[in-house]
Amino acid sequence: MRRFFLIAVPYAWLLVLFLIPFVIVLKISLSDTELAIPPYTPTLDLSQGWAGIREFFAGLDLENFVWLTEDDLYWKAYLSSLWIATCSTILTLLIGFPIAYGMARSPEQWRATLMMLVILPFWTSFLIRVYAWMGILSQEGFLNQFLLWIGIIDSPLTILNTNTAVYIGIVYTYLPFMILPIYAALDRLDGSLIEAAEDLGCSRLMAFWLVTLPLSRPGIIAGCFLVFIPALGEFVIPSLLGGSGTLMIGKVLWEEFFSNRDWPVASAVAVVLLLILVIPIVLFQRNQQKQQEADQ
Amino acid sequence: MDASAFAPWEDPQAQPLIRFKNVTKSFGTFTAIDDLSLDIFEKEFFALLGPSGCGKTTMMRMLAGFETPTSGVIELAGQDIAPVPPNQRAVNMMFQSYALFPHLSIWDNIAFGLKRDKMPKLDLQERVEAMLKLTRLEQFARRKPHQISGGQRQRVALARSLAKAPKLLLLDEPLGALDKKLRQDTQFELMDIQETTGTTFVIVTHDQEEAMTVASRVAVMDHGRIIQADTPDRIYESPNSVYVADFIGDVNIIQGQANPGEGDGYRLFWTEGQPPLIANSTKSFSAGQTCHLAIRPEKVTISAERPEDAANAVRGKVLDIAYLGNLSTYHVELPNGLVIKAQTANTRRISRRSFTWEDPVWLSWTATAGVLLAN
Ligand SMILES: Nc1ncnc2c1ncn2[C@@H]1O[C@H](COP(=O)(O)OP(=O)(O)OP(=O)(O)O)[C@@H](O)[C@H]1O
Ligand SMILES: [Mg+2]
Repeated sequence: MRRFFLIAVPYAWLLVLFLIPFVIVLKISLSDTELAIPPYTPTLDLSQGWAGIREFFAGLDLENFVWLTEDDLYWKAYLSSLWIATCSTILTLLIGFPIAYGMARSPEQWRATLMMLVILPFWTSFLIRVYAWMGILSQEGFLNQFLLWIGIIDSPLTILNTNTAVYIGIVYTYLPFMILPIYAALDRLDGSLIEAAEDLGCSRLMAFWLVTLPLSRPGIIAGCFLVFIPALGEFVIPSLLGGSGTLMIGKVLWEEFFSNRDWPVASAVAVVLLLILVIPIVLFQRNQQKQQEADQ
Repeated sequence: MDASAFAPWEDPQAQPLIRFKNVTKSFGTFTAIDDLSLDIFEKEFFALLGPSGCGKTTMMRMLAGFETPTSGVIELAGQDIAPVPPNQRAVNMMFQSYALFPHLSIWDNIAFGLKRDKMPKLDLQERVEAMLKLTRLEQFARRKPHQISGGQRQRVALARSLAKAPKLLLLDEPLGALDKKLRQDTQFELMDIQETTGTTFVIVTHDQEEAMTVASRVAVMDHGRIIQADTPDRIYESPNSVYVADFIGDVNIIQGQANPGEGDGYRLFWTEGQPPLIANSTKSFSAGQTCHLAIRPEKVTISAERPEDAANAVRGKVLDIAYLGNLSTYHVELPNGLVIKAQTANTRRISRRSFTWEDPVWLSWTATAGVLLAN
């Protein structure tokens, strides 16, 4: 009985916060647009009994999903989102790993402070921080002024409203999510393992490659997921820092939803996005499990 | 091994493999190794003995290259090793904490060092198998370190450090987690390896018996200093201080004032109203100097009557008897309150032993049985 309750709590949580909203979105994605409130049909009318339910299900179809394949805007947006999310995850990893490594290697008394500094940006609003980047990256922004002043460039660079700005924004925003799990993994790592590797003939670099890296793998994977997943559906950063050429699915979704008021197509976009995310995660977990079983 | 033949430490011409020259190691304000000088010779089996925290591991870590001396020089085969990084030293260390790689199987843990040397595949396999066999781990080769017991892990660590057959092998408590039988077997294996490969071993142990069995020389340490480094029998028979005598084995310490007698004999006045004790000593003491007579319990004879010809005989009464199976230790209280331990072999069954609690007895020993120590 106790076990049942222990399992019931997380499942109830999932049901309320994930499954029910998902079913609603899925239902909308199978509906048709209409100029009404809500802006789609059919709606479930239980007062008509069985006939109402039958009519409701008859009104559902896959039209919107077909539509997603017909207009190349959508798959281009998906691909471009995947590309941007992948690149920025790799960039975040390349920047985040050395920071986490440095933190884990720093003297004990410094670590709490360093950790504070990593989390500190969360104390201000995300939107304000993105606006600040607009100020930094714009033509007359701090970055250009600084580069002009030290004489590296003659004319201001165009960074704002390009994909570069989007990368900068994503890496900046999600860096802590990369640093924290990697730091946790590196912090747990027993320093005598590195010494043992060196004792057995490894150079520093080799010991890093053969011991540190494999042992921090769980942290790296967790960090990559924590960055990749939100980056894929990111909407604020591309719309504020990106230009008209920046194509991301989050932006498309927003436009369908609010500009076109086409809730069914927007919902279809969301459902496909979810599938794109869920499939690799499931595959990955199965792979992980198999490996663990092989270890036993 | 013929102990009289192998004694390079007595040969002033011999070049030591390792030489500590006035080495000091401080961690902040704490001095872990204090102005230590020591020579260890090739093919030695050198045991470090000492209480916890006396600096044994620190010495090992300096040899392996993980700590640098705060001052002083460590030489390996005549070369200062300070600039040589750990991976280029012909030294392997077995860590006190084992430091097994958790992501690698037992097999890969043992093969780790060999792979770094780019050993040909077949040789490597053969070598790993041999190590697995030596440490009796064959059936665990595919497991990960967290899937085996503590003693098995210790054996993996040992196998991993032995695999590369280095010139110098540092073993930090290599056998502590093994049961007595396996420990003895492994001790003999180690001595065997030592003899066949000529590897120099430096071994840390908390087990005196182990140190006595395997070591060519034993160093007794305290607070970052080596108090005495000598052959096991000399450490036991002629300790240079009360500390060493007390640390190795069981000992009775009788304090008193020495008075030179004839030859190298001394009379030790140890308490009011009792005749002085007679002890021979190669070291000289001035008249009236305070010194300590250290005498091992097995060298004290216990009897009901006063023995006729004993150089030293004192009266007391049995306070306690510790039965150890093959031996019994009698705790005998002397008239001045001092308790002396006397050990006898149990050649008769326990029910037939001659003394019991509260019995008045005589303790006796010869003039050469004990050692006179100044401090
Ligand atoms: N990195 C360090 N920083 C500060 N103090 C240290 C450090 N390493 C060792 N010490 C101190 O140096 C002393 C000697 O340590 P060491 O590890 O050599 O002891 P040990 O003789 O091996 O003891 P044990 O038998 O318990 O293993 C200890 O008091 C220890 O606290
Ligand atoms: Mg130690």
